[in-house]
Amino acid sequence: MTYKFLIPIIVVPVVQRKLGDVRLNELCVWLGQGLFLKNHNTWYYRKYIDVRRGGIGRISMLLTGYCVLCYIWNYPHLKKERWRKYH
Amino acid sequence: MMVSFFDQFASPSYLGIPLIAIAIALPWVLYPTPPARWINNRLITIQGWFINRFTNQLMLPLKVGGHKWALLLASLMIFLITINMLGLLPYTFTPTTQLSLNMGFAVPLWLATVIIGMRNQPTVALGHLLPEGTPIPLIPVLIIIETISLFIRPLALGVRLTANLTAGHLLIQLIATAVFVLLPMMPTVAILTAAVLFLLTLLEVAVAMIQAYVFVLLLSLYLQENV
Repeated sequence: MTYKFLIPIIVVPVVQRKLGDVRLNELCVWLGQGLFLKNHNTWYYRKYIDVRRGGIGRISMLLTGYCVLCYIWNYPHLKKERWRKYH
Repeated sequence: MMVSFFDQFASPSYLGIPLIAIAIALPWVLYPTPPARWINNRLITIQGWFINRFTNQLMLPLKVGGHKWALLLASLMIFLITINMLGLLPYTFTPTTQLSLNMGFAVPLWLATVIIGMRNQPTVALGHLLPEGTPIPLIPVLIIIETISLFIRPLALGVRLTANLTAGHLLIQLIATAVFVLLPMMPTVAILTAAVLFLLTLLEVAVAMIQAYVFVLLLSLYLQENV
């Protein structure tokens, strides 16, 4: 015998949900009242505890971006080193 | 094609903004500052360990007066290594291929060691111009030779770094051009040349690190004589 239909559904008030969990007709309510309810205790959590973990993706993006920037920077000069003018 | 091999060393500027400013500022971005925590994450721990080990080893032969130079020499070493290694990426500009930058590092630091020696212990500093145990007839000639060698030091420091890096980059470009040209005509030779290019790139990585180390090591040596 299953009691699945008896499990209570926990309803979080609209204003405390994140934007992804808000339904479209509740959007106005969320925007109106959510802007005034800032939780000032979360900055410490976000700065010291909820820190993102670094990986190799970040520095490789930085270096690739640097290479691309250098390529763009040198392009007027590199243009002259082509073997054929029209490819 | 013939004219453009040295053009990679021309200081590039775009719309009047020189790239060398970004290339010099980039090493600062790559090393995070340790936050005020008791135990840091792995990356910062490794970075701190490396810097401590290097500074410890560099300060071993120096007396206490030379330990003031620890910050300068360690940061110079990290700066040079990072710039040299970043220069191996494609299309990037290596500021240490410019003689002006290397001389800008070498001359003031060498001059500082000489002036420190002359101010604090002039007799000992001048005594370095004559090695112990030289035969008496040789003394005048040797003093002249040692003085010339003293004044050539900053030139050698700067030019050594410039020449090594410039030659390495030039070789890479030449051999890469050779591979590209040979590929349609003689593929086997091109593959062999590509193998040579790979080995050369490994050598360049090593040279990049070694040259920075040699620069700083020689400076510490000159400091050791004069402190």
